[in-house]
Amino acid sequence: MKGLAFDVSHLLAGGLVLISFMLLYQDRLYALLNVFALQAVVLSLSVAWQAYVQDADHLYVTALIALAFKAIVIPVALHRIIAELGIQRDVENVVGVGPTMLVGLALVALSEVVMLRIASEADALAREDLAFALSVVLLGMLMMVVRRNAVSMVVGFMSLENGLILAATAAKGMPLVVEVSVAFSVLVALVVIGVFLFRIAERFETVDANALDRFRGDRR
Amino acid sequence: MIVDLVFQLLQMTLVIAVAPLLTGLVRVTKARLTRRRGPPLLQPYRDLVRLARKEAVVADAASWLYRFVPYLVFAATWVAAALVPTFATGLLFSWSADLIAIIALLGAARFFLALAGLDIGTSFGGLGSSREALFGALAEPAMIVIVFTLALVAGSTQLSTVVAHMVSSNVGLRVSLGMALVALIIVALAENGRIPVDNPATHLELTMVHEAMILEYSGRHLAVIELAAMLKLVLYVSLTICVFAPWGIAIADASVADRLLGAFAYVAKLMIGGVALGAFETSIAKMRVFRVPDFVGAALMLGFLGALLLFVSRTLK
Repeated sequence: MKGLAFDVSHLLAGGLVLISFMLLYQDRLYALLNVFALQAVVLSLSVAWQAYVQDADHLYVTALIALAFKAIVIPVALHRIIAELGIQRDVENVVGVGPTMLVGLALVALSEVVMLRIASEADALAREDLAFALSVVLLGMLMMVVRRNAVSMVVGFMSLENGLILAATAAKGMPLVVEVSVAFSVLVALVVIGVFLFRIAERFETVDANALDRFRGDRR
Repeated sequence: MIVDLVFQLLQMTLVIAVAPLLTGLVRVTKARLTRRRGPPLLQPYRDLVRLARKEAVVADAASWLYRFVPYLVFAATWVAAALVPTFATGLLFSWSADLIAIIALLGAARFFLALAGLDIGTSFGGLGSSREALFGALAEPAMIVIVFTLALVAGSTQLSTVVAHMVSSNVGLRVSLGMALVALIIVALAENGRIPVDNPATHLELTMVHEAMILEYSGRHLAVIELAAMLKLVLYVSLTICVFAPWGIAIADASVADRLLGAFAYVAKLMIGGVALGAFETSIAKMRVFRVPDFVGAALMLGFLGALLLFVSRTLK
């Protein structure tokens, strides 16, 4: 049982990291959102498995929240936003898939090295989930750095938050209140970001972040 | 000893006999899925016979290398295919070389084919050779990394040992193996010039890779090269089958009946693989040539990630 529990959680957490790489690889917006929804589904599976293994019922609620908000509400909302903005045909010019992947690999290796040392006292399951969670967080940040389209930056931010949830479930004893409030703050963030996106698109007629550079205060 | 030799020879004849059939099956599947009648299943055999009967025309500028390359490519591919445990592990030749040797043999075949493409000095040949070298430079490291992942799981790069480990029940559920499978499929698609990378059905198109290199070949030379290409497809499909779906394979020292059963299971799995390949090729569009390095690079990345994750779970357990 111990071996199976470890293997399945390894599979699911590794799958999350893999989907983070798929997000980095994908440069079409709708496909990006679908991959993001897939990541949320895998995340909720992973959380549910943790709930089963740890016998923690409140984690089932977390899994349900992740499934409902991240796999359904947020992708649908972003779909709508993209359709409203009329940017569904945009293909992004990212930094280049090859270098991005290499940087991503280096980040994963870094987080493994760091986490496996730091959390050497925790049990194997938690250590591994923490290591994968840190890589998902770092890959989300990388996504926010390399992308230029504001919508995919939002997706990067949301996938970063997926990593946080994974970390929170791996560490035993995270109260449900915190999880619920985190989930709602993400929803609020989505609303704020949505408003911002529309304002940016209205003002500059694009959601390409490069267009914003000219309006930075420090470049006089 | 004699029995072993017989089975090894049987394996070598089986792969070569079934190679045109697999190619024909992929073509028939693709034709049926696009609602065409398509060529009959046995057409590749007839094509090979027809080509072998025809006169071989050699370009004036061709050197001796040009004449030798088809046979070299075919021999290297055949030896590599003989090393893959198709229906039984522990065949006579399988102990002489491991997976890395198979990669090296295929790499040598690729090198000579690219050289022949350059040899005659036409622009198409050079174009094809340069692209083949570009894809190969990415596909080969990816393949090596996949081998590392498998070796970390099974504890050996010897294919027979890997397969024996995969058949045994202590493999468990491993995300790394899934990654290695996807990476291997990507590499196989790129190496065989299947659809997202290169279209095997085209002739005289600017994006072709494999066809561009062999454009000047004719007659028996072309027949041998075509057969080698079919053999390579069989090799990659059987490699995928024997590592990731080894059910029914006869383990070393199995009885003759078991081995025959293994051979039937192998051919059945091969045919399933051919139909799956045809369905996949129909459902996907060809990529731009300059997207291909990204695609194959993804295989490299997957292999690395798989090895990395495996390494982590090793240190934890």
